[in-house]
Amino acid sequence: MQSSTGTSGEITGQTALVACAPMSISTAAFPRTFLRYELFEQGNRKGCYPMKTKLLSLALGAAAIAMTGTVASAATLDDVKAKGFLQCGVSTGFPGFAFTDDAGNWQGFDPALCRAMAAAIFAGDSNAVKFTPTTGKTRFTALASGEVDVLARNTTETFSRDVDLKFTFGPVNYYDGQGFMVRKSLGVTSALNLSGATICVQTGTTTELNLADYFRANNMTYEPVPIETNAEAQEKYLANACDAYTTDASGLSATRSAFEAPNDHMILPEIISKEPLGPLVRQGDDQWADILKWTLLALITAEEKGVTAANADEMKASSTDPDIQRLLGATEDGFGAMLGLDNDWALNAIKAGGNYGEIFAKYLGTDTAVGIERGLNALYTDGGLMYAAPIR
Amino acid sequence: MSVAAELDGPAEPFRLSQLFYDQRYRSITLQIITIAVFMLMVSWLVTNVIQNFEDLGKTFGFDFLWQPASYDINQKLIEYSSVSPHWKAAIVGILNTLVVAFLGCILATIIGVAVGVARLSKNWLVAKLMTVFIEAMRNVPVLLWILLASTVFSSALPSPRQAPVMLGGGFVPTNRGFYVPAPVFNDGSIILGIIFIASIIGAFIFRRWAAARQARTGDILPVFRITMAILILPVFVMFFLLGMPIGLELPELQGFNFQGGLYIRSSFMALWLALSFYTAAFIAENVRAGIQAISNGQSEAAYSLGLPPSRTMNLVILPQALRIIIPPLISQYLNLTKNSSLAIAVGYMDVTGTLGGITLNQTGREMECLLLVMGFYLIISLLISGAMNIYNNSVSLRER
Repeated sequence: MQSSTGTSGEITGQTALVACAPMSISTAAFPRTFLRYELFEQGNRKGCYPMKTKLLSLALGAAAIAMTGTVASAATLDDVKAKGFLQCGVSTGFPGFAFTDDAGNWQGFDPALCRAMAAAIFAGDSNAVKFTPTTGKTRFTALASGEVDVLARNTTETFSRDVDLKFTFGPVNYYDGQGFMVRKSLGVTSALNLSGATICVQTGTTTELNLADYFRANNMTYEPVPIETNAEAQEKYLANACDAYTTDASGLSATRSAFEAPNDHMILPEIISKEPLGPLVRQGDDQWADILKWTLLALITAEEKGVTAANADEMKASSTDPDIQRLLGATEDGFGAMLGLDNDWALNAIKAGGNYGEIFAKYLGTDTAVGIERGLNALYTDGGLMYAAPIR
Repeated sequence: MSVAAELDGPAEPFRLSQLFYDQRYRSITLQIITIAVFMLMVSWLVTNVIQNFEDLGKTFGFDFLWQPASYDINQKLIEYSSVSPHWKAAIVGILNTLVVAFLGCILATIIGVAVGVARLSKNWLVAKLMTVFIEAMRNVPVLLWILLASTVFSSALPSPRQAPVMLGGGFVPTNRGFYVPAPVFNDGSIILGIIFIASIIGAFIFRRWAAARQARTGDILPVFRITMAILILPVFVMFFLLGMPIGLELPELQGFNFQGGLYIRSSFMALWLALSFYTAAFIAENVRAGIQAISNGQSEAAYSLGLPPSRTMNLVILPQALRIIIPPLISQYLNLTKNSSLAIAVGYMDVTGTLGGITLNQTGREMECLLLVMGFYLIISLLISGAMNIYNNSVSLRER
């Protein structure tokens, strides 16, 4: 289990152990496929196959609803402080967005947000996070049952997830849209040429629903190949078992970046949906939702104001900009206390991994293998949609 | 009366401690306590579920089944599209489960019986090969066999555009699935169907007559050959007389994939073959055990009466062995059916994948969906075991 705090995982730890055991056999049984898989997952869970975890955590999720005395709902912050670490649900492995480094620690765009939250809560300890990998299918059960405190797993905000599934979304941290990736050799130039194609799609995602809508609206047929994880989809797609792979455009770029020959593949120009991705928490704990919301907004504000991980301390001491002073807790406004945190909450969050722009550049930006332009995710001052409400 | 009263001694008044120390009451007391504890646990679970649903602000209900499912399913045996309701998606999944379970049971039985008999072969090589097959199959988790089959199909076979068209379009293997010709029923095929059914009835009548004749006269007719002739010949002749009413639709490459013909997806093939071979290994062992449990004296007696080996097997050994084989066979069928829920590993949309997977995820009704899926597997398992028990009773020893 990837537990950056070193605390032994509770339920999830055992789950992973169960899930790992048979897979070590499989790695030996057909090394080629799983080598690729492991490579892609960048050591994520050391080649553990997420399937069993999924089944187990589905079962555990349902069992948790049946068995737990109380689902943590009232004061998540108190629970988290009492535990001493934040439980954060991330994806099972997605280049740029969530992956494990050589030391087995979770890195990426989504884990960075959890680390910032942990730093805000635990006075700068950005490692006080226990990460739980979740698949598209298990993520909501994991959050609803209290297995994780916050879900940062490139999750699209939708009406039904917000209202019917009883979650509260934080601000959007990545504006995305669904696209298609195909081999250039197919000679397809538009998604409208895909009638009759076999298309790999991750189950349990909005992608699956958009795909059905798009083909229906355009009166085209297709053959869906349901896939559990991005890694499996990549395997199928590369084996040519599907003509196209569809997921969020960011995900396609990220996936393509891990290919041996990325230039043999192209992302079709059509973006068939709006996918505002953001972190989410359980509904009903406004304080906890506020902490999530304002931690993210603080990171965006920091970028607006030029506050970085490196210069944050210095800015706090010397800046005369009242916005920066309020952000970094140089004045005694008590914003931190209003959230139930200390005065340096935003300062610590920024120092954990840098401001929004730094995190983006480090994991997703054009200098990385993933290589995504800021585009819609640039600050509003640069023509993007990132526009943080003022901290005052 | 008076003697008994004296033996019992003076009647003591009932004391509470007797509930534990008196053998007459102890077992009843313990049973009542057990039931009480069990009921407490159940009620605790139920109240917890209700409480937690309230805390989460969720309701319990099955209304969601009538909402549009909004997702597509590749393998569907009934009319279904993304605007169909969730319950229909569940039915599609249920049918997919039943198809793979049914075909799996049949194939597993065929392979299992063949392997089980072959393992008893006097041919050293055949016997050892079968031993290796059985041990390899049943000692590796079935999930790995399923994944292996799927990986082999998707990696080793060519993509549709490079796929070889074998047997003049009769068989096209691709890394997405296999295409075989689909039958096309034209005018007159109904007549052919009626003739075929009539042939089956005729064959049945013939066999009864042949058995009665054998009992009366002792003459043995070549029953198998005549049965086959009755089944095949009339249909064959009429097929040409009616101008070949049943045609074949061949698969053809169009655009991305082959169109036409029957498309057997590799997800189905992987699941079906892996489940069948895995379960066949267990069935083979049951068959071997059943045959070995029949004492040698039975076959020796049959031989000394002059029965040839095939008749000894069919008339003496197998009827007795079946009594031993069938009960464990039932549980193998149940295992196969339940193991089919691993389908999602290869993207086969069974009921766990539709109702217990996508529907659950899109609607967030974990409790309802899982209860429904569990209910389905429970019912289907009970049905299988009920049906097999009826069969078992029909072959079991009639005690007179």
